[in-house]
Parts: sequence; C-alpha cells; structure tokens
Amino acid sequence: MARKILSVDDSASIRQMVSFTLKKEGYDVIEAVDGKDALAKIQGSSVDLVITDLHMPNLDGIGLIRALRAESTYRFTPIVMLTTESHAEKKEAGKQAGATGWIVKPFKPEQLIAVVKRLLG
Amino acid sequence: MDANKQAYREEVHELLADLEDALIELERSPENRDLIDRVFRAMHTIKGSGAMFGFDDIAAFTHTIETVYDLIREGSLGIDQDLISLTLASCDQIKAMVEESEGGEKADTSRAEEISNAFSALIPSGEEEPDTMPASVSETGKAAKLDATPFTYRIRFRPHPDLFANGTNPIPLLNELREMGDSHVICHLNNLPDLTEIEPESCYVRWDVILTTGCDINAIRDIFIFVEDLSDIDITLIDESSELDEDEDDYKRIGEILFERGDLNLDDLESMLNRQKRIGEILVESGKVQSSEVRSALLEQEHVRNLRKKRITQENTSSIRVASEKLDSLVNLVGEMVTMQARLTQIAHQRNDSDLILISEEVERLTAELRDNAMGIRMLPIGTTFAKFKRMVRDLSTELGKEITFITEGEETELDKTVIDKLGDPLVHLIRNSIDHGIERPEVRRAAGKPEQGTIELRAEHSGANVLISVRDDGKGLDTDAILKKAIEKGLTTQDATLSEKEIHDLIMSPGFSTAENVTSVSGRGVGMDVVVSNIESFGGTVEISSIKGSGTTITLKLPLTLAIIDGLLVTLGEDFYVIPLGSVVECVELTEKDRKRAHGRHVTKVREELVPYIYLREVFTLNGSKPEIEQIVITEINGRRIGFVVDKVIGEHQTVIKNLGKFLKNTQGVSGATIMGDGTVALILDINRLILHAEDEEFKTA
Repeated sequence: MARKILSVDDSASIRQMVSFTLKKEGYDVIEAVDGKDALAKIQGSSVDLVITDLHMPNLDGIGLIRALRAESTYRFTPIVMLTTESHAEKKEAGKQAGATGWIVKPFKPEQLIAVVKRLLG
Repeated sequence: MDANKQAYREEVHELLADLEDALIELERSPENRDLIDRVFRAMHTIKGSGAMFGFDDIAAFTHTIETVYDLIREGSLGIDQDLISLTLASCDQIKAMVEESEGGEKADTSRAEEISNAFSALIPSGEEEPDTMPASVSETGKAAKLDATPFTYRIRFRPHPDLFANGTNPIPLLNELREMGDSHVICHLNNLPDLTEIEPESCYVRWDVILTTGCDINAIRDIFIFVEDLSDIDITLIDESSELDEDEDDYKRIGEILFERGDLNLDDLESMLNRQKRIGEILVESGKVQSSEVRSALLEQEHVRNLRKKRITQENTSSIRVASEKLDSLVNLVGEMVTMQARLTQIAHQRNDSDLILISEEVERLTAELRDNAMGIRMLPIGTTFAKFKRMVRDLSTELGKEITFITEGEETELDKTVIDKLGDPLVHLIRNSIDHGIERPEVRRAAGKPEQGTIELRAEHSGANVLISVRDDGKGLDTDAILKKAIEKGLTTQDATLSEKEIHDLIMSPGFSTAENVTSVSGRGVGMDVVVSNIESFGGTVEISSIKGSGTTITLKLPLTLAIIDGLLVTLGEDFYVIPLGSVVECVELTEKDRKRAHGRHVTKVREELVPYIYLREVFTLNGSKPEIEQIVITEINGRRIGFVVDKVIGEHQTVIKNLGKFLKNTQGVSGATIMGDGTVALILDINRLILHAEDEEFKTA
C-alpha cells in the first residue's frame, strides 16, 4: 500500500509542487491549508509522514507539531518542517515541539524526496 | 515546473489583493496584531514560494519588507502612514514584476531599488538577517562523488534514549549509510535492560559502522543531520587509499621466524599457539571491554585488511599500456605468419621430405600458439563499456520520469578490442530503446500489476566462438499489431501476408521502420533498429529479437570473438576459391540434377523432410563454365533460419586470416574480405547475410 503523506502549507504553489513531487514517487498525499485544516483532515485516520510549513494562519506549524505529538497516534510519526528561516531560533522551536527533520526553502524536488526517503526508509 | 510557476503567479495575485485589504484596515487600526500577522505572512509566502519557483527578483525584493514586518511583529518598530503607503507601493511593484514574468511590460527596477532602500532604512543596523538566501541543508551530492577515491570511515552512532520521541527511525539512516558503499554494521545490545525493565519508547541500542565509500565525510554527516542533537556521532577516517603501503605489511611473527630458522618445529608451534589466548578474549574475560566491542573492533580490522589486500593485489598485477596500432601490426604479422606456415606445410607434403614435414609441423604448432597469444592480447573485458551505460540509464530514466534498475552481468567476458569499439553505438541505441519504448512509466506499471521499478539487464556470455550480448527489459514488449500496421503503411509487407510472431518482430529491423509515436530526445531520431542491425552485421554478428507482449523484450547480439582470424569453410566455384564463415555453417549436402528437377526449377531442396531454400552462387556471381554433375549445398543457419549455398566443391576447414579488399573493392556486395592461401591464391570471404538479403530482394522483385 502506498504510504500516506500529509502536506500542510498555506501557499498553494508550494502545496502543488510538494504533492506533484511526492505523487510521482508513488506516495499518497493529503493536502491541508493550515494547522487547523490539517488536524481536521486527519481525524480518525493516520498518515506515515507530515510535511508542514511554519508560518500559517489559524494554527501555525509549531502549534500543529505540538498538537500532533500530543495525540497517541502521532507520537512517533516523522514530521518535516519547511522553513525559510536559516537562523536557529525557529528551527529550534520546531525541534523542541517535536519535529523530526526540516527542509530549508527554497528546495528542489530531489531534496524533498531525499528527506522523505531518509525518514520513511 | 511551468505549472508551478503559473500556480505561483495566481497565488501572488490573490495574496496581493488580500494584502491591500489588510493594509487599508491596518491604517485604521495600526495596533491590530492579527492584521500585522496577515501582512507578514503574505510577504513571507511571496518571498518563500518565489524563491522556490525561480522568481529570485521578487524573493529578493520582498525579503527586506518581510524583515521590517517581522520587527513590527516583535514590537521594535511602529506603524505609520508612510510605512503603509510604502508597502502599498511595494504591492504594485510586486504586481508589475509578476506581470513582467508573464510577458507583460518590464517592471521599473529603479523604483524597486527606491522602495527597497526605504525599507532598509527602517531596519536598525545589526538587525538585518545574516544570510538572505540560506544554503539548503541537505545538498545531496552523493551520486556525483561516487567515483572519487574511496576512504574508509568508522562511524559510531550512539543515539540518546529519547531518539524515538521526535519520530526518528534510525533504521533508514543506517540503510542510507549502507547504500553509500561497502560496509559492515555492528549493533551493540549490551545496554539493553531486562525485559521487565524495558521502556519500549526508549532507544537502548547503538551501532558501529565501518564504511568504505567514495562520498566525502560531509555526505555521511548529512545523513545524521536531523539526529545531531539526539545522539553522539563519531566519524573517524581509518583508511585512505592514497596511503603508502610501507607499514601495512607487518613483518613475520616471532613463531614464523623461529620455525623458518629451524629452531622450532611446526607441531610445537601450533600447540603453543593454541595455548595462547587472543587479546580480545583476555579483555572480555577481564571485564574491561564488552564482547560486542571486541566483535566490532575485529570487524573493523577484517574490513580494512581485506581492503588493503585487494589494493595490494591490484597494484601487483602490473600491466603496460601499448598503443593499439602496435597490437594491430602484431596481429597482422601473425596473420602473414599463418599464411606462410600454410604454404610451408603444403610444400613439405609435396616434396614428401620427412625432415621438412617435421619442421613444418613444429612451425604449425608454434604459429597456432603465437596466434592465440596475439589474439589474447587484443582481448579486453567488456565491462569497461558497461560502466558508461550505468550513468546513461540513470540520467535518461530521471529525464523520462521512469524508475529503472540497471543490472549488468558478465563484465569479465573478453572480446576483441575492435569488436568492443564497434559495439558502443549499437548498445547505446538498444538500451535507449529499452528505456524509452520498453519500460513503462511507474503508474502504468503499477496498473499492470508490475513493480514500479523496471529492470534492464545487460548481459555478456561466451558461446563457442561467439559472444552473446543481450539487452533484456521487463517493459511492455513489442506490440505486434502496431508493428504490422506500420509495416503495411510503409510498404514493408502486404496486408495478406501471413507472418509468424517472430517474423513480425523481425520487421522492426527493416530499413526505415520506427514505431515511436512521438519523437523524444531519447530515441526515435530517425536512427532505427536497421542501423543497429547493419552495424552488427558489418563485423559478422547477428541480431535476434524475442519479445512477449506485456512482459518484456530481449535483444541478443551474437558477435564473433575476433575480427582478424576466423575459422572458415573453403569451397570452390569454377576455378575460384571462396570461404564461408564456419560459425554459421550447419551441414553440407549434395545437390544432383535429379533433385533440381524434382523442385521444378525452384531453389529449394528437401533435407531430412524439411524444405530448405538455397542460393545458387553460380548465378549470383554470374559464373560461366560447366558445373559439376553433383554440386554441394552448404547449409547455414542465421537467426534460426536455414539457408543453403550451392557451390561446386567443399574442400574443408581453413584458418582464415581476414584481409581487407582495399579501397576499390570495398563496396562489393556479398563479399566481406579476402584471404591468402598456402599456395598464394586469393580466396574471397562470403558475406552470407548480405547474400541472403540480396536474394530476398530479387525474390520480391520477381514475385
């Protein structure tokens, strides 16, 4: 069965690029526009990996990571954050919240796939 | 990527509308945090996504604005009317930049600079972000660096107990390491508590990896980048290939020296050695070191020792490089020698001089050995050509969005250098064909119930005096209906011809045939299978296709081992001698006048209840003179078809040194070369593939 990946980003173009890249690799992709939408969309199901932006309206990336880690289903799910900040504080906050890895924007599709494969095996 | 660019443009237009809205409201209530956040986020997205999709100018322009709004969010800057106006102006500027990228008017760069400078002025010095375009973390430079000299590293990966807490699974990391090169992994379990005390959410194990890889140390560090804080990672270089071998060879051990000097006999030495304990055992018993540590250290020792041993053998098998022309002239000389020796044998027998016969037999033996050796020197393993295809498959499959595993087998198979040189282009074509037309896209394969990853296998093997090279793919196979349709369209066959599946497959080798519906950059550029076939046939090889629809195609090239000297069958036609390459000869039968009458003038004969067509060489070469009563048919087999050649007399096997026909006769049809026989007469070497094609053409014209 294809592995399921949740992609959370308020930028439609990034969502499109992430989805397209991952689907081409054979993953199933669920898209969400922000943290709140993401939590609603995965209610009652489980995903194998989460890729989330950090700056989003309603519920931001850090909040989403915290919320996911608080649920038993998602305690050990790999979470990748997309960040434009190169300085440590935002990344650190994400790591504190429980993110597994990160990708710094701008990134190429190959980098996305490399990180996904590193975390999912 | 263009779809992404379009999506970005649309997104920016939406964001700008939202931004203007937010800014106008913000003017009324400058303290509203939600509005400030909204402006910041919009700028952030325009910048971030812009950089992703190649809108670097927009990303750079928005960067300063984003920084200013970040400061406002933190409360270190306030909002006033000027700032709102400036931001609104920047919205217009962004809009102009997007429109420019859509082919609209050129945006005013001086205006952009003006706005940028105004924003920059608002940022207190020292607040500017250190780097605007951060280098990305995981530059995967692995593939590119694989060819570098390999180094051996010891990697000790000691995860902290809370490794799993952030969702990390260490196994893919270790697998990724293992894929980088030759490796040994040892897992230390000694920290594992009793089952009753185990905390299942904690990590108790750690690993040592000994890895020999051409990737650099940063590529190894990169694998662990996400777990740096959650584990201790030690990467040590333990062996570099460039290192001199001075201290690698330890001097003999004391026991060996005593034994060699005769001071100690072997039995005593062995029994003493058995009494001695190994250092590892002693350490484990003393409790100073864990047994898994010793195992890990032993593994490291073995890994490096093997590596060094391999390197030393490589260095010791010394070789010299020789210009290939020198080899060619050596082979030529040997050829002359073989010819002269044949002459010597002939004269010796004519004179019936036993001494001379003795010498000629000795010379014959030496010449045969010399010939084999000289040929052997020109033999090269085909592996060198295989290596370059790996890269090609990788590049092409990524370009076409296909997943392909490329397997090569029989790299050590040796072939004459001249054959190998001529083999490159045809193989490139066949492999390109397999990638482009054979292997389906992953989604198609999935739908057909096949693994998404296609396989292409390149295999070389010996088969008698030939080498078989096959390119096999597990793609969609040949579509007989499509081939037939196309062949009829191109006039290569007729509607009412009844063709076997194999005959239909063979149609793709006809000149001017190409089934590709669209021309891609990969294949189908007008160079079809027919070029491959004529290429291979030009040096005496044959091409065979076998394909099963839906499960793949195999194309097999049958090549002669060497091009300089072949075994031939010497035959006569009238006064002249001809040579038929023995490799394709199956048998010889007689042809009498009676047989010919029975066939009513058709060129077929019955050999063990099977009809075999034949080519009447006297006709082909328009020879005059009387033919013998009983003629001979030399039956050959090419691509599984039996075809006879009628000659006057079969003389026997002949070591044929191939000579070129020279400039003027180079394009003679039906003859591929010549050879000089013992008595100095010239025999022509028949190009039987060409003769068959020629006969088929004639048949087609008269039919």
